[in-house]
Amino acid sequence: MLHIERLTLEKGIVYGVIGPSGAGKSTLLRIINLLTPPDSGLISFHGRSVPTNGVSRLDLQQKMTMVFQKPLLFKASVRENVAYGLKARGYSRADINRRVDSLLEQVGMNHLAERRADLLSGGEAQRVAVARAVAFEPELLLLDEPTANLDPANVELIENMVIQMHRSRTMTTVLVTHNIFQARRIADQVIFLNQGQIVEMGDKNQIFYAPGDEKTRAYIEGRMVY
Amino acid sequence: MSRLIEGIFEAFRLIIILDPDLLRIVLLSLRVSGMAIIFGTLLGVPLGAFLGLKPEKKTRFFNKIIFTLMGMPPVVAGLLIYLLLSRQGPLGVLGLLYTPTAMIIAQVLLSFPIITGLTIIGVRAKGKDIIETARTLGAGTFLATWTVIKESRIAILGSIITGFGRITAEVGAVMIVGGNIAGHTRVMTTAIVLETRRGHFELAIGLGLILLLLSFVINSLLYRFQVGGGKHS
Repeated sequence: MLHIERLTLEKGIVYGVIGPSGAGKSTLLRIINLLTPPDSGLISFHGRSVPTNGVSRLDLQQKMTMVFQKPLLFKASVRENVAYGLKARGYSRADINRRVDSLLEQVGMNHLAERRADLLSGGEAQRVAVARAVAFEPELLLLDEPTANLDPANVELIENMVIQMHRSRTMTTVLVTHNIFQARRIADQVIFLNQGQIVEMGDKNQIFYAPGDEKTRAYIEGRMVY
Repeated sequence: MSRLIEGIFEAFRLIIILDPDLLRIVLLSLRVSGMAIIFGTLLGVPLGAFLGLKPEKKTRFFNKIIFTLMGMPPVVAGLLIYLLLSRQGPLGVLGLLYTPTAMIIAQVLLSFPIITGLTIIGVRAKGKDIIETARTLGAGTFLATWTVIKESRIAILGSIITGFGRITAEVGAVMIVGGNIAGHTRVMTTAIVLETRRGHFELAIGLGLILLLLSFVINSLLYRFQVGGGKHS
């Protein structure tokens, strides 16, 4: 259960959401991504509250995307998977091909473009999932433990992808991770969530080197947090 | 035993020379079951996808009805359609009883619950994850639903093939509503019953062999889709 009084995400910032299992990190992402409706409260985007349904809600949903810990790739080629969001937005065929080619090159998957995506290895699948998510240049990118269960080489690859894409686009990113080192490497701001509440939120240096809350300190030092 | 062997030889001869009676019966069977499976698919797949994507709690009652109808005995389906289409029935004025159309309707009634039920199961297996992924990528309701159907295509194809297998092999429903009229409503299964009763085993065996061959093809397709489904696009 989440109890968040207020959370404002600024444009162009990478947020790292850390916290113990069951803290509500994934739920927070699902609520932001409009996949799970909150029991109460309000979500607003660019200062306007999110409509419950209709075209304007779809329009808003098309401005954001989410990558899951275990991505579901469609039973189609890698190319078709990366193109999915572009097709949903009505991009021209030429534009789709150009963007997909460029992204596949960026993630080192050019040689696997025609391969069935659902038969890829875990690391390759996650690279395709990230490429698919950023293909349409969302304003808000939500990453739910994107490197959990991956080998160090793929972790580095995906982290670099996120950093590079973030540099080249004005995108806001929210990264949920168990790995505090990853949050330190990628995030600008860190949110520490515990038992459904935001314990502390601030600049990563402040959170990691001078946490204001004893629970945050304990979590960062690897102690049990209750 | 010699009667059986003679019958088999004669059956092969009829198949090889494309005996007109045998051919007419086989073609009518394929036409009736083919049309029935098309209508059954058009009804069953969208309904199955719809029910499969709804929360199970909300559709439990309908699911139970569909799953019950999956096991409906063909004679019961035949009886229902007979009562609807008979002269005293509500659709009697249409004059469809003892026509191939009546047989198609009866077979739709038999195949549509199978296609719907197996589509529900197929879609439910991963439908929620697919819908969520599609939504996160900006798909609207129509595209997201279409994506689920595409992703569940192996299960859906399996349901259609299973439905087709069921209706080509059934005899009760088509016998009741078709009447087994020679050259008009006589299909493979009803012909086998009749020819066996008349002692004309060669034609019965010939039709039986064709039915077995059809069953082999259907099940081979089903096997290929289900076992090889993860490896073939």
